[in-house]
Amino acid sequence: MLVMTTKGEMDEALLEKKTGTIDNDNETINWVEYWLEDELVHRSVDMVLKKYTVSGLPVAASF
Amino acid sequence: MANTQSMCTSFLGELMTATHNFGTAPTRGTSAADTFKAALYLASATINASTTAYTSTGEVASANYSAGGVAITSANPPTSTNTSATAGTGYWTPSASIVYGSVGSPVTFASFDCVLVYNSTQSDKAVSVHTFTAQTVTSGTFTLTMPSNTTSTALLRLVTT
Repeated sequence: MLVMTTKGEMDEALLEKKTGTIDNDNETINWVEYWLEDELVHRSVDMVLKKYTVSGLPVAASF
Repeated sequence: MANTQSMCTSFLGELMTATHNFGTAPTRGTSAADTFKAALYLASATINASTTAYTSTGEVASANYSAGGVAITSANPPTSTNTSATAGTGYWTPSASIVYGSVGSPVTFASFDCVLVYNSTQSDKAVSVHTFTAQTVTSGTFTLTMPSNTTSTALLRLVTT
């Protein structure tokens, strides 16, 4: 498989692949990195929002 | 039966469709939905509740990223739901993920942690600011998948309690 990198398209077999997940109350983040020796040449992020933590609170006046 | 003081839940949803106008502007020349966009901002930017309109200050920059960000897909109209006699929620969520870059047109972003939703039809007026854990992208893509469109998780919610 070819991967778009800072050096153009490269064969995935030539690269070291790293993946990770960050999960908190607000979002789940999945990232994938490709490294060429010690150089990061590709990083993509897929972020899933769980909820919007701020919302408006309209209030009808009391009399 | 008894009367109960409350803000009408239908009003909450109608606020999002400009059904009511207590002021004098803007004059809407069409019943079509406005175009909303999502712009990304560097972690060093200052985008918050005081932001009144889209600004390029502090926005990410990259090949294959146009200033102003990308259009939001909005196939579903806002919804309002009563949760009790006195409470309800008006809510809306984009109907598709917001995607920056593609396999053939990758983007590279320095550390960013914020997306501004704004109305590009109405003079780029700001709608909402959403922050998240800071990320970088290198010759890749950034996909922002929307939360479920419910009264408790929708991207935009107006809530009475």
